[in-house]
Amino acid sequence: MTPWVGRPILRFEDPPLLTGEGAFVADLTRGSSFLRFVRSPVPHGRIVSIEAPGGITVFTAADLAGVRPLRPLLHRADYRPVEQPILAGDTVRFVGEPIAMVAAPSPEEAEDHAEQVFVDIEPIDHVTSAADALLPDAPPVHRHVSDNVVVDARFDTGGVDEAFDAAEAVVEFDLRSRRQNAMPLEARGSVASYDRRTGRVTLAASVQSPHVVRTAIADLIGMPESDLRVVVPDVGGAFGQKFCLAVEDAAAVWAARRLRTAVSWVEDRRENLMSSFHSRDHHYRVRGAFGPDGRLLAVDADLLCNVGAYSCYPVTCGVEPLMALAELPGPYDFRNYRVRSRGVVTNTCPMAPYRGVSRPVITLAMERLMDKGAARFGLEPDEVRRRNLIRSFPYRSAAGLVYDEGSYLESLERTVEAVGLADFRERQDAAAARGRCIGVGFSVFSERTGYGTEAFAARSMDITPGYETVDLAMDPSGNVEARLGASPHGQGLETTLAQLIGDELGVDPATVRIVHGDTDRTPYGWGTFASRSLVIAGGAVKLASGLLREKLAGIAAAEMEAAPEDIVIREGRACVSGTDAGIDLSDLARIAYHASHRLEAGMTPGLAARATYDPSGTFSNACHAAVVEVDLETGGVEVKRFVVVEDAGVLINPMIVDGQLHGGVTQGIAQALYEEIVYDEGGNILTTSLLDFLPPTMTEIPEFEIHHLETVSEATITGAKGLGEGGAIGAPAAIINAVSDALRPYGVEVDEMPATPARLRSLLRKHERKYA
Amino acid sequence: MKPARFDYHQVRTAAEAVSVLAQSGGEAKVLAGGQSLVPAMNFRLARPEVLVDINRVAELDRLTDEGEILRVGSMVRHAAFERPVDDGPLGRLLSMAARHVGHLPIRIRGTFGGSLAHADPAAEWCVIARLLDAEMVAAGPGGDRRIPASEFFHTVFTTALEPDELLIEARLPKPSPSAKVGFKQFSRRAGDFALTMAAAVVEVRGGEIAEARIALGGVSDRPVRAPGAEEMLRGRPLPPSSSSSSSSYTAFADAAEHASGEVETIGDIHGSARYRRDLIRVLTRRALEQAAAQ
Amino acid sequence: MTEPIDLTLDVNGRSYQVRVEPRRTLADTLRDDCGLTGTHLGCEHGVCGACTVLADGLPVRSCLMFAVQCEGMELRTVEGLAEDGRLHPMQQAFWENHGLQCGFCTPGFLMLAVGYLEQHPDPDEEELRAVLSSNLCRCTGYQNILKAVRQAAADMRR
Ligand SMILES: Cc1cc2nc3c(=O)[nH]c(=O)nc-3n(C[C@H](O)[C@H](O)[C@H](O)COP(=O)(O)OP(=O)(O)OC[C@H]3O[C@@H](n4cnc5c(N)ncnc54)[C@H](O)[C@@H]3O)c2cc1C
Ligand code: FES
Ligand code: FES
Repeated sequence: MTPWVGRPILRFEDPPLLTGEGAFVADLTRGSSFLRFVRSPVPHGRIVSIEAPGGITVFTAADLAGVRPLRPLLHRADYRPVEQPILAGDTVRFVGEPIAMVAAPSPEEAEDHAEQVFVDIEPIDHVTSAADALLPDAPPVHRHVSDNVVVDARFDTGGVDEAFDAAEAVVEFDLRSRRQNAMPLEARGSVASYDRRTGRVTLAASVQSPHVVRTAIADLIGMPESDLRVVVPDVGGAFGQKFCLAVEDAAAVWAARRLRTAVSWVEDRRENLMSSFHSRDHHYRVRGAFGPDGRLLAVDADLLCNVGAYSCYPVTCGVEPLMALAELPGPYDFRNYRVRSRGVVTNTCPMAPYRGVSRPVITLAMERLMDKGAARFGLEPDEVRRRNLIRSFPYRSAAGLVYDEGSYLESLERTVEAVGLADFRERQDAAAARGRCIGVGFSVFSERTGYGTEAFAARSMDITPGYETVDLAMDPSGNVEARLGASPHGQGLETTLAQLIGDELGVDPATVRIVHGDTDRTPYGWGTFASRSLVIAGGAVKLASGLLREKLAGIAAAEMEAAPEDIVIREGRACVSGTDAGIDLSDLARIAYHASHRLEAGMTPGLAARATYDPSGTFSNACHAAVVEVDLETGGVEVKRFVVVEDAGVLINPMIVDGQLHGGVTQGIAQALYEEIVYDEGGNILTTSLLDFLPPTMTEIPEFEIHHLETVSEATITGAKGLGEGGAIGAPAAIINAVSDALRPYGVEVDEMPATPARLRSLLRKHERKYA
Repeated sequence: MKPARFDYHQVRTAAEAVSVLAQSGGEAKVLAGGQSLVPAMNFRLARPEVLVDINRVAELDRLTDEGEILRVGSMVRHAAFERPVDDGPLGRLLSMAARHVGHLPIRIRGTFGGSLAHADPAAEWCVIARLLDAEMVAAGPGGDRRIPASEFFHTVFTTALEPDELLIEARLPKPSPSAKVGFKQFSRRAGDFALTMAAAVVEVRGGEIAEARIALGGVSDRPVRAPGAEEMLRGRPLPPSSSSSSSSYTAFADAAEHASGEVETIGDIHGSARYRRDLIRVLTRRALEQAAAQ
Repeated sequence: MTEPIDLTLDVNGRSYQVRVEPRRTLADTLRDDCGLTGTHLGCEHGVCGACTVLADGLPVRSCLMFAVQCEGMELRTVEGLAEDGRLHPMQQAFWENHGLQCGFCTPGFLMLAVGYLEQHPDPDEEELRAVLSSNLCRCTGYQNILKAVRQAAADMRR
């Protein structure tokens, strides 16, 4: 029988979602009280008073006096912790920060009541951009951090100045990534239900890491963790935004306990855009030194990350600047690296990791550097990369990361071939002669995935995630159930894990039940983020399956008087190899549970296994290429082609893999060309609707051309590498490089994303003036 | 994002609508397609105390061809124009523009009259009304009155309609059967309100441009005309038919350049006032070229 | 009247008696009062299309209509697509082509596509893309949605 792994089987998750029987958090609010948060209308201010008319249920920081503020920690000398109250106490620090909450019988009335809460705020000077926050007279966002710098990390291999002195060419540029919102189509939300009989609260929440949420909220409120159960219903996309703790969820649990009832909070789109987490508001200064052969000798970078008003829990606001520092070198081989990476607080919505975290921006930085270097030496973009990509493995980067084997060069070659670079140049010239402006851009990158505790520990987080544990059991009727701490939300993990189990235990994946997203029913785990679940939960599933298989084989061997090593398990049966003898797994299960006296001495009754997996991590790699056409007169960009050559090791379900790439690349195109959160001078956020913040539609997204390479990962037991973020990581650089390539004849370099039509026109106007 | 409370009246005739509006002391709003009003109510940016729902007023959902004039009832939905409503240039123009009004589900509900009354400066119908010098017919307690497009649009979301007036119809003068029409716009995404749009009607007699009209949307607080550019085109020949953008022919480019200088533009997060001038230049030229190519 | 009003709504061929304030949108009424939570809310301002349902056969944004407007209309939601436990060809095609990931946008896309194809059984590619651009999906990158709708169009013509 062909193995289940590797087959594009249809997802088991889909039927309920297709028929409207999915249950998302907002579908569970019946019978609850509805919460609505009163949010700050100003970016920075002192709360003078809060007044509400009688007859409405309203809570403020004063009511939550016993609740601790969030205080995410990194154990690093260059990190300064800041505190975030659940409801603002005396100070508000960004537009949209929760100040009070009302509870009402319907969502409409909750809004009516929230409008009646009057908050008197005395404004304080505010700052919204990282650059401004660093100015000597900038107002401090937190009083104890007078310079607004909460992370200030440095790294230096030495040798950088010497390399620059010896360089044939030095490339230096500023790079700007504008603020994003991960914008899952389902905004955040939760329903907290108080059980008067047991005093427990069940929090149904649209989150990525139920166990972490339980720990966090129990700690904040000061309740026994066992009194809180967190369940995750269907999640309508998350992309990182639902990984860090929402203070609103904590408030909901508090309110459920106070009101001894069920309360719900369903975030609306305006709240989501304004006060859910943002990401990737970065400003870099990058210098690269190239040798005479176009080889990169050194990189010297100053990275500024605007982290917003607070630090996110549990990963902290160090997550963007520290990842940028550690992973900037990407897939390029150079030895001299100096970097300073700062996280700066401002009066804006806090940041959290968003699919790819810093990597879309650092990849853009390195890929711009490569293209600029290529231009200096008159090289094609593929040639400069060919000269600089890492080629022997394991490879230790200038920043000290160890890359396992990948196919960096091969992915580039395959992409160049797919694009037909030489032909493209001819087409480009022909197009130019007809007044049309097309360009091609490449982006090669590595994606560190599936990393466990050791890698996270290197970040010195107070809370160090990493491992995943799986409880696997076969019930007396022979059905397999796996319970895991990972918490997927659209990635099809139920299907892929069932495929793994199917092969290991010889059962039909369709009969396997995967249980996740319930702290009462699953072992402690970290949830789904950082392209980790398939690798880590998948690894744990495979280990646990192995244990269970051993036990089944043991029982079968005893029953059939054969040696355990002669037992093969497949298609629902345990057989003695080379003979006709066999027993159905369901019969073995009966024996394990109901005839345990027949088990060999020392064997426990039942069929259950627990395994934990905590790998060191593995690097996926890919090359992306984009072909774009720029309308010089409007500044509009059309993406004509998008090619991906991806190496994510063994593919468990190729259909799902391609889906992840499609979605990731689309988000990358969105970041490169469309989406941007904008604050005005007054610290107000201007992009609070989907007419202002612009996720692309089908019209803006081309058909994708996807090719796979397979470097089986030695670092994971499934041979798979993660890939949930790769699409989003590589696409922005490919697009921006393509736009720059198109505009090269006009002397325009694009070093900012999104490259909006207005920005491109303003760059082009400078050129027009020059040549007028 | 749930609306504030309101009183709801569903009416069956225009007269009934007018009388409910009159009784509501200026606190009522007409509910047409709801595709602009309801989002604003969900954001609580609009909070009418009374809604007068005219979706079941059959007499307003009518197109009447009067030869020289096409009368468009205020409740005619955007989608009605996707296929040309007449064989002449007007039908063509309306159909070109209709495809740009939001998305299909928006066009199925949204109405011609609602768009005019809402007066978004980037609304296709407002630009067309201005282009054609349409007349808007309003019914109020004192009877009907006609308001020319040049006086109808006051500023963003504000028209000459009084709070107690109902827009009954728009009267669109038809260009001559031989007129050429063009419509171009630029938006960030499919279906979005345009950053800028240009609409043109070119009347040709004896191979010459007898009259050109150019209207622009999305550039300032209301739809505007480009009178200077229109004037420049009068009496000019059409471009040689082989290639409308042939380099020796510069009349369209010159007029477009002029248009980009003669109107006020304002900026927003999607583009500065300066950027909108760029867009006026290119879209006006392209709209004229499109017209000439017919 | 701001007071709640008794209404009868015809949804998926069944009649629902509900009592709602005039300000309650069709989407909220379907979800909270009829218990048909398959219709989703992604923006409540007409952009995302997650709330798309069919009203008298045509796709509309249910977040931009009030329930009081809908008496006498034939409403259809995602819950009405499958018949006797058999998936509608559109649902089947979304499944087979991996046209969904998180599934939040799916009901809206299904209703949009079904509503459109029932009126235009044989659309050209450009037209189809334009129509499907009415709704947002954050997960799939749209390729597989397009593939699914193409396949379903062929199946529905049969
Ligand atoms: C996602 C999205 C995209 C859109 N894109 C575009 C676009 O690209 N171009 C575009 O033009 N529009 C666009 N629209 C708006 C849409 O066209 C609306 O339909 C239109 O602006 C208003 O028409 P309506 O019938 O929906 O009016 P409503 O929303 O019902 O009313 C709008 C306003 O006009 C008043 N009103 C309506 N009818 C009358 C009347 N007969 N007499 C007096 N007052 C009246 C109302 O009281 C209200 O103040 C978009 C809408 C959405 C949600
Ligand atoms: S919820 Fe109705 S369009 Fe987004
Ligand atoms: S599948 Fe998640 S939004 Fe479309």
